Amino acid sequence: MNITLFVPCYIDACYPKVGQSVVEILERLGHTIDCPREITCCGQPSFNSGYWDETREVAVKVLDRLKDAEVVVIISGSCGAMVKNFYPELFKGRPEEAAALALSEKVYEFSDFLVTKLGVTDLGARFPHKVTFHDGCHGRRELGIKAQPRALMAQVKGLELIEMEEAETCCGFGGTFSAKFPSVSSAMGEGKIASALETEAEYIVSNDSSCLMHQQGLIDRQNKPIKTIHLAEVLNHR
Amino acid sequence: MNDQREQLLTRVRKALEVPAEKPAGHHDQASEPRIAGKHAATEWLPLVGPSFEERLALYAKNAKELTADFRFIQGGIPALVAELQEIAKTEGWTGVATHAGELTEAAAGALGLPVVRTECGYDVDALEKCSAGITACEALVAQTGSVLVTSRSSGGRALSVLPPHHVVVARREQIVADMTEAYALLASRYSESGYPSMISFISGPSRTGDIERILVLGAHGPKRLTVLCI
Amino acid sequence: MSTTPAAAEFKKEAAVITRDLRHRAVIRGALKKYEVVRDDKKARFQNWQQARYLASDIKWDAVNHLDTYLAEFAKNLEARGGKVHWASDAAQAREIILGIVKEKNAKAIVKSKVMTGEEIHINEALEEAGYEVVESDLGEYICQLRKEAPYHFVFPAMHLTRGEISQTFTKELGSAPTNSPEELTMIARRVLREKYIKADIGISGANFAIAETGMISITENEGNARLTCALPKTHIALMGIEKLLPKLSDLALFLPMLGTAGCGQLLTGYNTMYGGPKQPGEADGPEEFHVVLLDNRRTDLLASSEQRDALQCMRCGACLNVCPIYKNIGGHTYGTTYQGPIGSVITPHLRNLQEFKHLVFCSSLCGACTEACPVKIDLHHHLLQSRRDAIAEKAVWWERLTFKACAVIFNHAWVFSLGEKLGRIGQIFHPLIKNTPLDPARAWTASRELPKVAPQTFREWWSHRK
Repeated sequence: MNITLFVPCYIDACYPKVGQSVVEILERLGHTIDCPREITCCGQPSFNSGYWDETREVAVKVLDRLKDAEVVVIISGSCGAMVKNFYPELFKGRPEEAAALALSEKVYEFSDFLVTKLGVTDLGARFPHKVTFHDGCHGRRELGIKAQPRALMAQVKGLELIEMEEAETCCGFGGTFSAKFPSVSSAMGEGKIASALETEAEYIVSNDSSCLMHQQGLIDRQNKPIKTIHLAEVLNHR
Repeated sequence: MNDQREQLLTRVRKALEVPAEKPAGHHDQASEPRIAGKHAATEWLPLVGPSFEERLALYAKNAKELTADFRFIQGGIPALVAELQEIAKTEGWTGVATHAGELTEAAAGALGLPVVRTECGYDVDALEKCSAGITACEALVAQTGSVLVTSRSSGGRALSVLPPHHVVVARREQIVADMTEAYALLASRYSESGYPSMISFISGPSRTGDIERILVLGAHGPKRLTVLCI
Repeated sequence: MSTTPAAAEFKKEAAVITRDLRHRAVIRGALKKYEVVRDDKKARFQNWQQARYLASDIKWDAVNHLDTYLAEFAKNLEARGGKVHWASDAAQAREIILGIVKEKNAKAIVKSKVMTGEEIHINEALEEAGYEVVESDLGEYICQLRKEAPYHFVFPAMHLTRGEISQTFTKELGSAPTNSPEELTMIARRVLREKYIKADIGISGANFAIAETGMISITENEGNARLTCALPKTHIALMGIEKLLPKLSDLALFLPMLGTAGCGQLLTGYNTMYGGPKQPGEADGPEEFHVVLLDNRRTDLLASSEQRDALQCMRCGACLNVCPIYKNIGGHTYGTTYQGPIGSVITPHLRNLQEFKHLVFCSSLCGACTEACPVKIDLHHHLLQSRRDAIAEKAVWWERLTFKACAVIFNHAWVFSLGEKLGRIGQIFHPLIKNTPLDPARAWTASRELPKVAPQTFREWWSHRK
């Protein structure tokens, strides 16, 4: 399959290993990967802040660059939801609506792509650690992703998943919300990390680096005994 | 008053001129898909078995969970009276209130205590001082463990809620399966002649969780609810 | 964001309360209990999700034909001797209620919980006119004694511990201090019993109104509404116009949904329908029954075809109970009658978008509310739409400039890459200004560490590899 990979801006800049892991995993499965240079960001920050005109300027370019793709994989539930669910909303009643709906049909979040589209769960990974999983809200509640990452983790040798009580509770990142209301955002994050710590896991795993960026930022500031890691890195670990 | 009514309704009509989309219909990838076709509430609400025994068992289970004291009594009115006498003795009742009706009169009359009757007007203070209010009901709802009373079936509005102990006397035929059946029963009884001014589903004794979400019984209404069914 | 007084107050209070660990623990504890019982009752439904679709459909029909159902409701209630009043705004509603109270020469008024009463500040109006008004719902009564607004529209005193409640009772009622919720409840019971018996007028709300039969329906646990509607000679029910349901039998679905979503009970203690004053041949009940239908800009929300479904709300509070924002900032910080996600959706319509836009921005858009809503209101998407509308009306110049610049950066990969390189240099010097007023990322760095731009970005790795 010819897969077009959408690497979100913050993964490109701060978490390149996540992107590399995805490339390596998909190539090992025998697929051809294309990472279009022109695509940097889906436009979610401005969209969530109410600036829809500015968002369309970015999104139009994404639509154009991805129109011929066979299938698009996005390494984030949140950016995935933006393209899959919110682009059609953004272009509703506009000439680009059809293109947005067509793109929506062929976009997958990474873990969903592996399990639902490819039907793969065992990637031969080994990760001998206790982990707990954070369900990113957009992946969970916009895209309905819950079972997929768990099916993948179940096949990782040595991995022990201990579910935290607040697995589905928002960690408080919320994009620009985290900067607009830092005190609320941080309090939510503290609740999340406290719940993760209760499991005594070594790692918080998630399919969304943006949530993990927020959680890691709090963990580092408060010296909490836990680390964060993206699911793709776990699945690429041997 | 008519002006205000017209002004308000005009605003409503004007607002509705633009049609609306149904909510959450678009891009909802996360929810369980809806099952096509026309469906009634009973299909989705808690299941109730078809037989009398199943309904009785479900009612008993739900009532117990609601901390209501449900007793299914064999032996007809005499057995019911004996049961009630026992309760009155244990609790040291000094007076009861009730209303006209075959079961209520038999029950209240056999206690040998002063009886306040509500059907022809009553003194609120006297009713408030009664140890128990004894009422009939429209139905018992298995699905929820509730007692369905109306101002017509149960001696008005206050009798079932002012005394500290509410005793319901009912017959086994009065157990209905679910909420839908309860409303159908009300409609068959009253939709022609006019509904009573109050219809109430009572589910357990009066309760509150307003202090630290800790359950306390008898917040304002009865601390106890007893259902005697023959 | 441009700051209104309401927004400034909100931010200030939020910053304080989010650091209050005791508050966090009290709310978490209270809502944990709720979650357990709610999940247990939801599991008893044959299909909770399908029940939500059905409930949403019925409410959608009611809201979208509101004019017909309102007229039908009024006609049927009037035929049974009830009086229907139409109030366009809060002032009219207060005037109507004060008019009835004066006409009846009332002295004492007892109230069961009515959120629309908070909305129109009816207590203040009645007290100002010299009437004694007593809240009879235990939680509301506690709030009234403390002169506080309800913290939650289903659990008004959820934020208080038994110790605080005992202190309030000791101070206001002269009762002996106690640590027992049971004893505290009995103290209130004794005081309020007197009030019911003395009251000339009972004021209630309504959870539903039935067009087919001209009835209102009240859901409660304590029996205080039952007494409020039984003993006083006049019963006034105040309700928003959106409360209509077409048929009496619709309640077979809605009462269990409200109980389950609202407090984890299949049915709450008392679910009572009132259709008129005391009817011929009945033992008791009020001589007069008045229903006040309140618009107060609900028709503005109705006119929004995009967010009209927000009028389907039955105020169960389920969205508050799952909202991580609510759990951290609590009910009072909102500064509105209706708190939580539904409050943030409707308040800008019922009051003013620019004044309350901070509420639509104070959300991580996690969608827990939308998932919990028993009538499937598209809550978090409405927050997004209101953000769009707020900005379209009045953008913040520097935000617009920033996002315009971002659009340029994102649309030109080489600029984006250049930005990453600059970031790599910037982060060497950033520790010097971190979390100081000079730090452009201070909103983040005040409580969190920034991530680092990697020595080699993904893009750089990818182009090297090819």
